[in-house]
Order: sequence, then C-alpha cells, then structure tokens
Amino acid sequence: MFEGRDVLSILDFSASELEHLFRRASNIRPGTGLRGKILATAFFEPSTRTRLSFETAMLKLGGSVIGFGGEEASSLAKGENLADTIRMLDAYADAIVIRHPLEGVAKLAAEVAEIPVINGGDGKQHHPTQAMVDLYTIRKEVGRIEGLRVALVGDLRYGRAATSFLYGLCKFKVGKLFLVSPPSLRPREEVLEFLRSSGVEHELTEDLGRVAGEVEVMYVTRIQKERFPDPSEFEKVKGSYKLTVELAEKMKKGAIILHPLPKVDEIELGVDENEHARYFQQAAYAVPVRMALLSLILKGE
Amino acid sequence: MTEKSKELVVRKIERGTVIDHIPVGQALNVIRLLGIKGGEGYTVAVVMNVDSRKHGKKDIVKVEGKELSVAEVNRIALVAPEATINVIHDFEVVRKTTVKLPERLQGMVRCTNPSCITNKPREPVTPTFRVLSRSPLLLLCEYCGTRVLQEDVIKQYAG
Repeated sequence: MFEGRDVLSILDFSASELEHLFRRASNIRPGTGLRGKILATAFFEPSTRTRLSFETAMLKLGGSVIGFGGEEASSLAKGENLADTIRMLDAYADAIVIRHPLEGVAKLAAEVAEIPVINGGDGKQHHPTQAMVDLYTIRKEVGRIEGLRVALVGDLRYGRAATSFLYGLCKFKVGKLFLVSPPSLRPREEVLEFLRSSGVEHELTEDLGRVAGEVEVMYVTRIQKERFPDPSEFEKVKGSYKLTVELAEKMKKGAIILHPLPKVDEIELGVDENEHARYFQQAAYAVPVRMALLSLILKGE
Repeated sequence: MTEKSKELVVRKIERGTVIDHIPVGQALNVIRLLGIKGGEGYTVAVVMNVDSRKHGKKDIVKVEGKELSVAEVNRIALVAPEATINVIHDFEVVRKTTVKLPERLQGMVRCTNPSCITNKPREPVTPTFRVLSRSPLLLLCEYCGTRVLQEDVIKQYAG
C-alpha cells in the first residue's frame, strides 16, 4: 500500500496506513535493504533535520543520497525551471524529497516525475513526514493518540508543521484541540473549515497559562517575527506564547512537550531539562520513521 | 407574437445573445465576466428580478450584436451555473445551449495565493480547482489549498 507512492500531504494517508508505518518504524533496524537505491534531496529552502534525517535514514538502510540545498547550489540559479530540475532527478534517482517555499511544488514535482516524490515542506502548506514523526512520538511517549487533549501553540497560520500535525491528529479521533495563538496567527480559513467538518472538538484561545494544565500533549511552534507587519506587535505577543519552566511545571503527570524545531525563545531554555520535554526524542524518532517510510515506498516492506 | 412582446420588459433583439436563467443579482456579474464595460458598441439590456417559469425569479442579459465564444459561455457558468444561452438571428432563437460548470475547473481561474506554484511563470502547470460550491461560487486550489471566492474570480475578468 506504500510502494511507489507519492507523499504529498498527510491527508492522503488513512489512520490504518499510518499505524502500519508506525509499526514498521518500531521494528526497523539498520541494514542493506535499500542497497543500490538512490534518494535525491532537492532543498530549495534551508533545512537541517528533515534533510539530514532523510539522508541518515537512507544511509542506514544501505542506500545512497544525491542532491542539493539552496537554490544557489543548483542550475536554478542559472534560470532553469523547476520542472526541468525534477525531470533530471527523475532520471538519476529512485525517489525525490523536495522542499520549496512555494505551495503546491511537491504536487507539480509528482506530476512531472515518474518516481515517488516526498514533500519535505511546500511553503506554508504541508509537511507530511514531520506530522508522521510527531504522531509517532506521541504513540511512543504517551502510548495512544485517540482521546488525547492536545494544545498547538504559536504560528498556526503559516506554520506547515503545525497544520500537517493538526490534520494528522484529526485522523486519530483526538479528544480536544486547543489552538493557542494570537488572532493574527490563527489557522487559515480552509484549515478551520476542515476542523469544523471533521467534528473534532477544538477551541481557539490566546491563553497558554490556562491550557497548560489541561493537556496531555503541548505542541509548541516558533512564532516567526517576519510574519508580523509591525515589529512592536510581535514584541507585545511573543511573551504570551512562551513556554516557561513555571508553566511546564503546571502540566499534568505524563504530559509531553513537543516542538518540530528549530526553536528559538518560545520555549525557555530550562524546559529542556523538564520531565515533560520530548522534543529531542521527537527529533531522534525522525530517523526510524523516515527509514520505515523509505523502505515501504522503495521496497514495499 | 405581438401580444407576447407586450409582456416583455425589454424588446426582443434582432441579432445577438440572450443569457437567460441567471440567478437573481448575478446579471451585472455576468456582464463583468464577459468583459463588457459599455464602450464596446453593443446594445446591452439587463433585466433583473423577473418571474421565471422554471423557478421563482431570475435575471436576464441581452447583448445585441455579440455572439459568445465557447470560453465566454463556460465563464458564465461561474456565476450562473444554470444559465441558458440563446443565440438570436432575425429575432428568432437559432441555437440554445445550457451552460455547464464542471466539478473541476482547469485553466479558467487563477489562484489568488501569490505563492502558489500555479502563479509561477515558466512551469508546466495549469491552475486547477475543485468546485466546493456552485452558487455562490467557491473553489479550492488543488495545488495550494487556497479557497477562491466568486468575487475573486469576477475581479480577474473585470479588472
């Protein structure tokens, strides 16, 4: 059910398909299963974790990686269009991971390429493999997703990781979503409409302090300063979405704090040592999840 | 014939197009979608909120001296999904077609999201939308998920 498949949006995957992926991620071990296979990484935007964890996953399974990072590193700097770049990678590799600042690029790449295309983040829209990692982390660290109360904090409007995570949670009959953000960074209308039609209970709020003690999962994202038209507006709101040690200590026993990273100052440094913090484990789970995904897509197992 | 003409708010046209069964309130939008601003030399009649035999009330647009292209007919479906197009020669209907709004629109509308791949020049991509609602029109971009409203679409044609 995975072999040869494109991974463009988390919405394309059913809960049982994701369960299958998670089971595979739990038991996958380094080996030589992907020997002779080549993954092309086409990153038109900076990336640390996504790109390196895909490369690591490929290498751990005996495969190889080609690719580039940053538009300047490729012929696009010479004016080549995206479709031509994809055609070239299509001829060289067995799968492509692509990240690009424009929405819909992964879909276009999948139309152009014969080989599977994995969306490594397209503009503000989708980041499906991050959502897979996030859901897997909850699975491992809390034990279940169904029925959980989850807070999503920060930039819920432009942040693709938060949006994909939200879509993913809705697949698993999550208990309640608290969407904690300044009004200007609330989810886009199409996302809210999706939430309404999915029937998942949710609440838009600006009060992180009230929510902290109510949830089993706290998912914090970076509020990007550049999203604010007026810098003084940013200064006003940034403190209210900061997860401090004091707030972390109010969290329920067994509750976890996640962050797709990179984090800047939306999580106080001291929280790193807090019993609830799981974002570094989350980053580590990226490798087995992407190993499992690559193995399923390239070999069907 | 004479008796019937008396009932009409606007006289019959000799040669041109009558767009009938436009939802009430959409006549001006039909005109905007056709790019008619008034200086093109056509005689244009707009009839609003008249009784319809089919359902309740309707608007009608008559354009004397103009026959619509296929592209223009398809465009009308964006605001009047059940409109009928009557081509008139010598005061008589010589051809009657019903517009059709497909479930997916390809190439007729641009995405309103400037950072959608479909707005990037020199890429082999056609803007494609799923029709979420026909009246009023609501479209979903298949590439970036943006919702495009009827007024956005009209703006693209009317400027």
